[in-house]
Amino acid sequence: MTQATIGEDGILKTKLDNGLTVLIKETHHAPVASFWVWYRVGSRNELPGTTGVSHWVEHMQFKGTPKYPASDLDKSISRNGGAWNAMTYFDWTTYYEILPADKIDMCIDLEADRMMNSLFEPEEVESERTVILSERSGSENSPSWLLYEQVLASAFRVHPYHHTVIGDRIDIETMTRDDLFNHYKRHYVPSNAVAVLVGDVDAEHYLKVIEEKFGHIPAGEPTPNVKRIEPAQLGERRVTVNREGQTPFVIVAYPSVEITHPDFFAVAVLDTILAGASSFNFMSTASTSNKTSRLYRALVDTELAAGVGGGMTASIDPYLFSIYAVVREGRELAEVEEAIHAETDKLAAGEITVAEFEKALKQTKALFAYDSESVSSQGFWLGFAETLVGDYTWFDDFLDKLMAVTLDDVKRVAAELFQSNKRTVGWYVPTDNN
Amino acid sequence: MATATSSTQPHTLPGPETVTRVELENGIIVLVRENFMSPSVVVEGALRSGALLEPTEKAGLASFHSSMVTRGTENYTFDELYEEIESNGASLSVGSGRHTTTFGSKSLAEDLKLMLTLQADVLRRPTLPQEQIEKVRGQKLTNLQLRAYNTRAMASLTFAELAYPNHPFATSSSGYMETVQAISRDDLLAHQKTLGPRGAIIVIVGAVQAEHAIDLVRETFGDWTNPDQPDAPLAPDAAPLTEKTKKMVPIPGKSQSDIVMGVPGPRRNAPDYQAARMANSILGVFGLMGRLGDSVREQQGLAYYSYSRLNGGLGPGAWSISAGVAPENVEQAVDSIEAEIRSMVEQPVSAEELADNHSFFKGQLQLGLETNDGVAGTLFNMELYDLGLDYLLNYEAMIDAVSIEAIRAAAAQYLNPDAYALAIAGPGQADES
Repeated sequence: MTQATIGEDGILKTKLDNGLTVLIKETHHAPVASFWVWYRVGSRNELPGTTGVSHWVEHMQFKGTPKYPASDLDKSISRNGGAWNAMTYFDWTTYYEILPADKIDMCIDLEADRMMNSLFEPEEVESERTVILSERSGSENSPSWLLYEQVLASAFRVHPYHHTVIGDRIDIETMTRDDLFNHYKRHYVPSNAVAVLVGDVDAEHYLKVIEEKFGHIPAGEPTPNVKRIEPAQLGERRVTVNREGQTPFVIVAYPSVEITHPDFFAVAVLDTILAGASSFNFMSTASTSNKTSRLYRALVDTELAAGVGGGMTASIDPYLFSIYAVVREGRELAEVEEAIHAETDKLAAGEITVAEFEKALKQTKALFAYDSESVSSQGFWLGFAETLVGDYTWFDDFLDKLMAVTLDDVKRVAAELFQSNKRTVGWYVPTDNN
Repeated sequence: MATATSSTQPHTLPGPETVTRVELENGIIVLVRENFMSPSVVVEGALRSGALLEPTEKAGLASFHSSMVTRGTENYTFDELYEEIESNGASLSVGSGRHTTTFGSKSLAEDLKLMLTLQADVLRRPTLPQEQIEKVRGQKLTNLQLRAYNTRAMASLTFAELAYPNHPFATSSSGYMETVQAISRDDLLAHQKTLGPRGAIIVIVGAVQAEHAIDLVRETFGDWTNPDQPDAPLAPDAAPLTEKTKKMVPIPGKSQSDIVMGVPGPRRNAPDYQAARMANSILGVFGLMGRLGDSVREQQGLAYYSYSRLNGGLGPGAWSISAGVAPENVEQAVDSIEAEIRSMVEQPVSAEELADNHSFFKGQLQLGLETNDGVAGTLFNMELYDLGLDYLLNYEAMIDAVSIEAIRAAAAQYLNPDAYALAIAGPGQADES
């Protein structure tokens, strides 16, 4: 049996012989538990022709195995009083369940089973094709999503971050069952996965349960890193989307830093100063308003925009720092864009006060504290850090790394980030202004 | 401060022994549940004034007012107020519904006094400055423009018009371009006079001793009086629909159509509410979106989403089904949904479905009580809907008592496959019947 002890941080971490990383944290504040399986594969690992395959495979994981047939699978968690879902992103795909703690065993069995036994029946693939086309159509109904897709495609010429997670319509229309099944078999393997359990459980007992359920699965190979790193941008890029509507939008995006970059936390502080505080945790219920942020004051207070936002994403490879604004009725795209550039120019010139800097630190600390309240948000943090960084202690050390950031660091990264010749600007220009 | 004698037993369901409930002299009900296992404190509250008090030609007034109260008070300018909130990593919100003005905050425990002070200030002493009125009006008008091109929002809006003829729920509580244009500062000042302490609810959950929390509410809200406070409004019953009504709202340039169909549903305190809730779960929630998810999404692959919701509150909120489908599949999806409604009304659900949903409801209760936000929301609903402090303690027995016949009866009481409102928004031609 795999031996492991619980660390001083209360977390048991070990790796099974087949390479599956296991993280378990006992927390006894409520009689609930959350189980996660993370795969280090996402749309970043896709090639033209099969863009969107990671997301579609995630859908197919709800279509059954011989042991858990489709007709019963989606009822099995609910029957036990739980909730479950899955998420696909650029860098990762994850599956999770939240249940009363005494019911958590069945979902460990289910996740182990669907790591290798999903059927991918051809008729289920065809039925899901139309569901995913419908999901994409729903996204296309949103003007901001349409513009965002174009900005990504412009900002990333080489790196696969250039396509959205759902993938290109033509690929969804033409991908085959074998494309999906091959992706599943290649990437859904223990050496490419992290299992996380958080909740009102006995860690050592559940390590045995996880080993019993997952230990026999062949190791497979980890997903290789992406080689096609984006070359430096040599000038501003601009893109326009025309479609029916009345309300223009603008997006301004700059190349940002990856999660392991030494300046990651300095950029996070900069993000909070510019756009307001937000959490990297997808399960977060913590939020705060952004009415004292630079962007709100410069664009909404001045009646140029009806709404603003933006910020960075925690990613394996360098992604974008993006800013968006909804143009207020009666105002022009050009003046809104100009106001955004004026704000980033000020930050790049070092115009940041000590008070703004300290406020950003306190906001981020508070959101982090709220995010540690539920088993699902803790499960997210641990799996996310282990999957992206390869070391969950990134989460343990989050506040220390944040507090180590200095005002000078923030000024320096602002100057490095906000360079006009590196940005991509997107305009949504509605065609019906009657 | 935490003490060894704290009443908090996190694995104990909140009930009369672990929730402190007091009524202040001015009529505010305060409920507190201590939880020293997390650093935050959540406040959730409501005053008994909402959109039902606004004139139809000023639709959106209550919503406009709730957006305005944080725009300046006798003690804080807009900037000062948000500097206090955001510099402490806290959040504060004010909103409005049909029956209530809701408010709340989340902060670290040490900032609870500040957050209650700010909430009292925005609700009791807003100055409603004219220049801020115009800022907020511009944002609201832009949002209404966006709504006009949003298929989901337009389907919902149109559904309400069809499902609630001659009823206040037919009117959008966000208002319309012309009504929001027409709202003046005098209208906002008049609406301010409808706010008062009588019947108000304030729930506090988190790392604070109950006695201290109640003292803080007394300090900040205890001297509030409003002799002119109107009686709490209550939405009238909605007449059951007698035929199918349908309206298609064309929105050019869209890839997908959104469907909303349904009927007026039960109020939250209706005797058959739990049975209707379980019928709704079987129809469009349980598993991945119940029978609707199975039929429309899983078997026919027609939609990314297809689910049903029961929205009963103080008023007869809608029991509605929503789906997003390709324009050419709208008819097939509507036929499938109608067939599922017919089955719910005419056929008993299976013993397996009953057992599954009994255990689903009981397990979901535990999940919903994990966080301070979850506990605060639950206690708030218990008070608002007069469910009793022992509601959670009786919950399992209440769920177990819901029978197959009660589910069918509740479905038949409200749903009707031959009489419902259907709204569709998406690409295509206008169509009304």
